[in-house]
Amino acid sequence: MRRPRAPLFLARAVYRQRRLRDAARLLPLVGFFLLMLPLMWSDTAGAGHTAVYVFGVWALLIGLAAYVAPGLAQPEADTPPEDV
Amino acid sequence: MPFNVLVLTCLAYVAFLFLVAFVVERRASRGEMRFLRSPLVYTLSLSIYCTAWTFYGAVGSAARTGLEFLTIYLGPTLVFVGWWWVLRKLLRIGRRQRVTSIADLISSRYGKSNLLGVIVTVIAVVAATPYIALQLQSVTLSFSVFAQSSPATWAMPDRDATAIWVAAGLALFTILFGTRNLDAKEQHHGIVMAIAVEAVVKLVALLAVGIFVVWGLGGGPVAMISRIETYADPNWAIQPGRWGGLIFLSAAAVITLPRMFQVLVVENVEEGHLARASWAFPTYLFLISLFILPIAMIGLERMPAGSNPDMMVLTLPLHEGQGGLALLAFLGGFSSATSMVIVETIALATMVSNHILMPAWLWLRPQAAHSGDLRGAILLARRFSIIGVLALGLEYFRLSGGSAALAAIGQIAFAGMAQVLPALLGGIFWRGGTKLGASLGLSIGFATWGFTLFLPSFGAGAAISADVLQHGLFDLSWLRPQALFGTEGMDPLNHAIFWSLALNIAGYAAGSLLSFPDPVERIQGAAFVNAFDDELQAERLGWTHGQAEPEALMNMAQRILGDEAAISFFEAEARAQGKAGFLPDLTPRFLAGLERHLAGSVGAATAHAMISQLFGRATVTVEDLMAVANETAQIMEYSARLEEQQGELSRTARQLREVNEKLTQLSVQKDAFLSQISHELRTPMTSIRAFSEILAEGDLPGPRVAEYGQIIHAEAKRLTRLLDDLLDLSVLENGAVQLDLGLAHLGQMIDRALASASQTRPERNFDIQRDYTSEEIFLRTDADRLVQVFINLISNARKYCDAVDPVLRIAVRQKGGRVVVDFIDNGGGIAKEARGLIFEKFSRLTDAARAGGAGLGLAICREIMANLGGTVTYLPGQSGAAFRVSVPLRMEKPL
Repeated sequence: MRRPRAPLFLARAVYRQRRLRDAARLLPLVGFFLLMLPLMWSDTAGAGHTAVYVFGVWALLIGLAAYVAPGLAQPEADTPPEDV
Repeated sequence: MPFNVLVLTCLAYVAFLFLVAFVVERRASRGEMRFLRSPLVYTLSLSIYCTAWTFYGAVGSAARTGLEFLTIYLGPTLVFVGWWWVLRKLLRIGRRQRVTSIADLISSRYGKSNLLGVIVTVIAVVAATPYIALQLQSVTLSFSVFAQSSPATWAMPDRDATAIWVAAGLALFTILFGTRNLDAKEQHHGIVMAIAVEAVVKLVALLAVGIFVVWGLGGGPVAMISRIETYADPNWAIQPGRWGGLIFLSAAAVITLPRMFQVLVVENVEEGHLARASWAFPTYLFLISLFILPIAMIGLERMPAGSNPDMMVLTLPLHEGQGGLALLAFLGGFSSATSMVIVETIALATMVSNHILMPAWLWLRPQAAHSGDLRGAILLARRFSIIGVLALGLEYFRLSGGSAALAAIGQIAFAGMAQVLPALLGGIFWRGGTKLGASLGLSIGFATWGFTLFLPSFGAGAAISADVLQHGLFDLSWLRPQALFGTEGMDPLNHAIFWSLALNIAGYAAGSLLSFPDPVERIQGAAFVNAFDDELQAERLGWTHGQAEPEALMNMAQRILGDEAAISFFEAEARAQGKAGFLPDLTPRFLAGLERHLAGSVGAATAHAMISQLFGRATVTVEDLMAVANETAQIMEYSARLEEQQGELSRTARQLREVNEKLTQLSVQKDAFLSQISHELRTPMTSIRAFSEILAEGDLPGPRVAEYGQIIHAEAKRLTRLLDDLLDLSVLENGAVQLDLGLAHLGQMIDRALASASQTRPERNFDIQRDYTSEEIFLRTDADRLVQVFINLISNARKYCDAVDPVLRIAVRQKGGRVVVDFIDNGGGIAKEARGLIFEKFSRLTDAARAGGAGLGLAICREIMANLGGTVTYLPGQSGAAFRVSVPLRMEKPL
């Protein structure tokens, strides 16, 4: 069943939440990409720098996930499944 | 540090864990679960991922191959950070379908197939056994490390004995808290809390050692990084294949490992916790990994050459004289090993008992499914499975001698469980996946994994001969275990992952594309793939995810039995239990009754499965559900029911049509009668008025006056008779008639009736045929009324019989407690279409045959007979018109 057209301010909140979900879906792909980068570095890069880089990426992912998660945990009662 | 202090500390720690588990179970049983329900406990319980392999093996791995150990934690990080993709759906499905293990999930998705449950269980047990052995090994190793370093106040017990003691202790703990009760949701609060405590201990221990190493020995983080930077070991270079492969492998493992599934899905108390865990669990992994490389670095620098890098977390503090720190590290390692074994054992035991032992037991004793208490049997099976799984691990440990590096065993186990991934992901994202595809993919993948990775891991010549390893199976060079199809350049682990999953996916896809799923599979497939589509769920599988509530049962029963029937059944049951209202308690008796009730509608197997589903006896339904599979029978039954309903409808329609026709005819009859009766009333009235006017003129001779007076009298009598009839009929119809019951002789009554009726058309000479002996019956009835009926029938025959030589046969028979008197003449009878109407008021046959009656005779007869407890009916198929009067031999006075 279609919901009646909602006022604009509400639609914006719903829209934000959907983009937040998109971000959540993108996050592991971004992480995977960043984690694959060291493979293309020259062998001269030592383990120390690589380690710092990997842990940095790791911390970034955790931070982004922590930023996104509260918005995603909202009850999804008033959002119809997965359209738009 | 003395060895006995270590043992005492260890025992005290174990006692503390028992206490924690015990207190939590107590509080949970009293419903005080606030702390248990926090996302923190959930996240900490997820740390079950970090086993002794992490605690000890990661440092060993880092010492050997540099950064590669990170892959094992990066994979899960990606999965959790991307929880919106897979984990969220998995959790929703798990909670909805009341999934008890990963084997249950796969089996449930593919049409509740027990075969798949067995396959996944076997894979899980085979893959996990070395892993459990690994934990036992790490505990024994850590004990021996202390034993060597301490003065020999206590002789170190032999290696096997330590392992046996540890295994026995774990079995005790697991049985105590893992099989306390049979929860429908398979949740073990005490164990989860104990694991959360252990998670804290291992994190604190590893951090403590790391901080000591970095700041105490390494000179701070910056110095540490430069040290690592300058360490030149060719093995430390990242290998692209393994880096990517291991990230993928660990990502797959965190979803498919039985123990991860147990804490992630089964023990989850609230879906919302996953959002918090999505970043909190990666944080935990981050912290665990943070100091691994520094510890390995300093260990390599400071420890004597040749010391086991797998034990550096323990040996480094000991070497530096930090006894307390070493003890903490020991407890951390002990925690990681024990918590892993406990949860893995529970998960495996659930699978083994649910998919192998219980179905086998039900198969051996089929009657057990329907009678008696299954819970005891299930708990027993669970306990035996726990002991069995631990014994397997112990046996593996004793046989393998605990020589292999920790990391390698862990990776082999991961690769084994990863075989479930295609069927799992395909199951929740692709509706086209079928049972055949899943079994094919799983079996092929499992076999390939065994051939390329698991069996060769025992070493050349142990499980696979060196010859096969070298030249391939059957001397076919493309069947070499570590170079399948000529792929020689790959790392053995990558090679195994690549081929096993590739063949697995190929088998899954081909099997799914070529086979046709049965209805249960399709329903389950839709429910899994559309797990978030609530409306669909409610419509398709309303009963599968309900709580065991009477309302849900009633809802289902209403859909099957119909509203009224279901409501009255529930109400009756509630009343039988002494409850007011419509919802009875869910006693076994009530459920069995309901099941029987439902079985009448949908078949026994389905009803049983449906109730079991709703009632949450999910653990024993595997067997039952297999019986449901053939939905064709149900469809046939359904269409048969439809046909029956249609037949009923058309019968009703026919009856309605008949009634309608009769009503129309009656209405016509009534109109005709009204005009008739007004005519009947009018004729005598007219003559009465005419003659009375003549009389009123008063100049008539005496004889004329008398004659006219006679006429007026006769006409008035006729009117009176007509009105009497109408009155009589209305009295009879209202049942207000006074019956004068007494004994009467049937023959005499017929004599009276014949005598009276001879007044009607006295000119006709009727031949009356009677059987006097059969008329020798005494009836207890109202004789005058019965004679009235006889007179009516006989005079009708006299009036209407159109034969030249009319014959009236009167036949009497006794039938049961009734007497049947037939009046049969030899005339033309009554036309078929008129038979339905002759007993109605005002009905008359053709106007031509009028004989002065008002059409009330037979109607009166019918009412009299009804009052006498008998009937009068037209008897078709005789020589002429025939009427049957049936009266009870002894009429009882109406109350």
